[in-house]
Amino acid sequence: MAGSTPASLTADAPASVAAAPRKSGPTSPWQEAWRRFRRHRLAVASGVVLLLLIATVVLGPFIWPVAINDIDFAAKLQGPSWAHPLGTDDLGQDLLARLIYGGRISLAVGLAAMVVAVVVGVVVGALAGMSAGWVDAALMWLTDLFLALPLLPLLLLLMYLFRDHFKRLFGVEGGAFILIVVVIGGLRWMQVARLVRAQFLSLREKEFVEAARALGASKLRLVVGHILPNALGPVIVAGTIDVAAAIIAESTLSFLGLGFPSDIPTWGSVLRDAKDYLDIAPHWALFPGAAIFLAVITINFMGDGLRDALDPRRVL
Amino acid sequence: MSRQYVIRKILIMIPSLLGISLVLFTVLAMAPGDPFEELATNPAIPPEVRAALRAKFGLDDPVWTRYLHWLVAMLQGDWGFSFVSRMDVDKLILQRLPVTLIVIGSSQIIAILVALPVGVLAATRPYSLFDQVANTLAFVGFSLPTFFTGLLFILVFSIQLDWLPFVYRANIDATGWQFYWEHIKQSIMPVMVLGLFQGASLVRFVRSSVLDVIKLDYVTTARSKGIGERKVITKHVVRNALIPVVTLVALQLPIVFGGAIVTEQIFRVPGIGSLLISAMLANDTPVVMAVTFVIACLVVFFNLLADIIYGWLDPRISYR
Amino acid sequence: MAEPLLDIRGLKTWFKTDDGMVRAVDGVSLSIDRGETLGVVGESGCGKTVTARSVLKLIDMPPGRFEAGEILWQGRDLIPLDEAEMNKIRAREIAIIFQEPMTSLNPVYTVGDQIAEVIELHQKLSRKQAMVGAAEMLKLVNIPNPERRVNDYPHQFSGGMRQRVMIAMALSCQPKLLIADEPTTALDVTIQAQILELMQEMKERFGMAIMLITHAMGVVAETTQRVVVMYAGKVVEEAPVGALFGDPRHPYTQGLIRSIPRVDRSAGRQARLESIPGTVPSLLNPPPGCRFAARCRYVMPACTQAIPPLKEVAPGHKVACIL
Repeated sequence: MAGSTPASLTADAPASVAAAPRKSGPTSPWQEAWRRFRRHRLAVASGVVLLLLIATVVLGPFIWPVAINDIDFAAKLQGPSWAHPLGTDDLGQDLLARLIYGGRISLAVGLAAMVVAVVVGVVVGALAGMSAGWVDAALMWLTDLFLALPLLPLLLLLMYLFRDHFKRLFGVEGGAFILIVVVIGGLRWMQVARLVRAQFLSLREKEFVEAARALGASKLRLVVGHILPNALGPVIVAGTIDVAAAIIAESTLSFLGLGFPSDIPTWGSVLRDAKDYLDIAPHWALFPGAAIFLAVITINFMGDGLRDALDPRRVL
Repeated sequence: MSRQYVIRKILIMIPSLLGISLVLFTVLAMAPGDPFEELATNPAIPPEVRAALRAKFGLDDPVWTRYLHWLVAMLQGDWGFSFVSRMDVDKLILQRLPVTLIVIGSSQIIAILVALPVGVLAATRPYSLFDQVANTLAFVGFSLPTFFTGLLFILVFSIQLDWLPFVYRANIDATGWQFYWEHIKQSIMPVMVLGLFQGASLVRFVRSSVLDVIKLDYVTTARSKGIGERKVITKHVVRNALIPVVTLVALQLPIVFGGAIVTEQIFRVPGIGSLLISAMLANDTPVVMAVTFVIACLVVFFNLLADIIYGWLDPRISYR
Repeated sequence: MAEPLLDIRGLKTWFKTDDGMVRAVDGVSLSIDRGETLGVVGESGCGKTVTARSVLKLIDMPPGRFEAGEILWQGRDLIPLDEAEMNKIRAREIAIIFQEPMTSLNPVYTVGDQIAEVIELHQKLSRKQAMVGAAEMLKLVNIPNPERRVNDYPHQFSGGMRQRVMIAMALSCQPKLLIADEPTTALDVTIQAQILELMQEMKERFGMAIMLITHAMGVVAETTQRVVVMYAGKVVEEAPVGALFGDPRHPYTQGLIRSIPRVDRSAGRQARLESIPGTVPSLLNPPPGCRFAARCRYVMPACTQAIPPLKEVAPGHKVACIL
């Protein structure tokens, strides 16, 4: 018995516990993960809340068909009321409708940026892990370089330089969306790349890969069929963190004035307009801020639950 | 700790800095439009000056030459002139840099002072009430975007309670003790916003690092020596658990700078973060480039610092 | 007869897990006299390490608990003692060394620091004096250049040297009992011999007792005076070493001895390496009756009905078998 876990119970008992048959029969690793996930009440609750949030922004306009830019000076800066459940802004526009609309954009940005980050990360990590030699070294140097770059300043810089250009190419909304997604995703792939590369390095020498290779599996098949599925767990966890980070990044950009412009009501840009009216209309800032907070914290809790569910070695 | 280690780390910093400068410059070179377009519409700048500037910055030269010129200029401390603020860029930056450094520095210190004891305590009583509360609070802490926390603070402490001013004034006409007190009062909120955000993510990390270390063999050995649980934790566990934490603090610095930019905007702190934003909104390109470069360099420098501290904490690393 | 130094009576150390109660040590009794070397053998998972750590109460108590039994040290039960009291006994009266020298020393403190820590604490010396003492201990365990090496870090020592450092640390306060949990398992064979010799030397010098835990029968034969054989959390045989090897009574012990690879016996013939068929039973739900029944070549119906008690079949020789 290798004594690397001292004074810890199951160090003595693994063989004997394994010998005892499980009552419910064999379970797949995904079922095991689901079982573990379910034990995290906070994570499960967050999942529910998040689903509700998504449902609200997706189905919202059908249930609350109020326009987002109905200007009505008579109703400006009102607190929550029956007519306007979340109040109005300085132009009398209904906040609930604006936040629902903005929610779609913010969540879409989060998701899309995550996809970009994961795809780039997987490709880079796989290439690095498979090649070894100078390709690996070069890619790792690049990864380290990107990791050292300060995210927000660079984000701001890229938005500053390219925003007009993209606006001309893809229209105001589309341009901003594509640019933000590409930039955020392009600055968050490094973590995923490292994870994937680590998986490759550790699994490359493992027996089941050798066995598959002996059976004649092509390199691509090896990668897709054997190595990547094992990297899936940590990548999923990193992906969830990426969604939260992307949502925060987009709202920060919009808040600072370099993301989506004011007439497109993402949660960040609404906050930007609201910040000067904190004393007379605090609701205007509180609701979008709370929305961002809710989205991010539920994603974070879920990510935590997923981490424990998918990586049982970490006893936390 | 060997001198070789430090020298090696310093040497590695150089290609990093070069790499960053290359990235920045490439980005700027690829940007569509003329960075000096703004000047064309600025009536104060006569066309000959513009032409001279273009020649000076070699905008009509091939990319390589432009990069080298720019790099050399940067290294010589000639960072250009800001037409918006009407002063040399390097002076402008030097004027604003100390405030940012002070705010970031104090917030980091607060973050560590809070996160270390809380994290260690939570790890030594895992799953207890304290642990669960601390964990949840930590989640809340780093899920709240800094700009929202900042606004909340203003709402509560400035507007509702009127305890703290929320506009930073660089010149306070007061003397002695009053002067410092006024400065502290107006710095509390930005420092706390940044500090709590960083502290929240540190707490979880410290906790998990301590939990990892507590399981290790040498901790059992320490216990078997009869030195008492408290000493086992403070002397043996913490020192080892600190090592990955230091790395994390360094890795999080880019994020901290981002947070600083936001807080400076909200609280109107005259640091380089708000300088960056106002320069961008005013299309003041030389300032934008210089500030981004300075921030990137600072991050690299702090990473070096972290490496050195890491080497000091872990003898296995530096004795090679 | 004089009172034994350490007397474990009916110790049950159980662990609460998600799947149930793991009975790692389920009713173990053994005793060690002053200056005697007791060997504790058994295969992995039989509870030897948990027993050893229970003596110094180094078990994580939330999942682990002392379900029953007493651990009498010089007549005093250790189980009810609080941490402060235990800390007076640890290292000063009873010391322990572990199996993995590579990970048993704190990497961020010098070797001298770690040894001095014990000396400072238990002998109330100053830092400086303790460091001198540490260098002396290093000399005692035959580490060359002790005055210089005392300022080196663990990673600058080889595995065998680190184990010597562990021994130096453990013996620095001259404890009456040294518990050695598989001290040589992780080392090369040649180094093994050196470490065992060193332990013997130290034992003679300080007159201390040793509880040597191992799964290697060869080591037991050479270095111990009495042996306790454990299986699945219980003691199955106890005898003086000569009697154990000359006349093993329990089928498990017989199997263990038979499975020692013997170069002399099989030379010239194609003799097969003997092993004991089957696997260790679950410690979660131990079978009723004798736990070795499933693998025993002499099993009878009566074996599975009740746990055979430890009976004395010859002076000092006890067996838990109905044979």
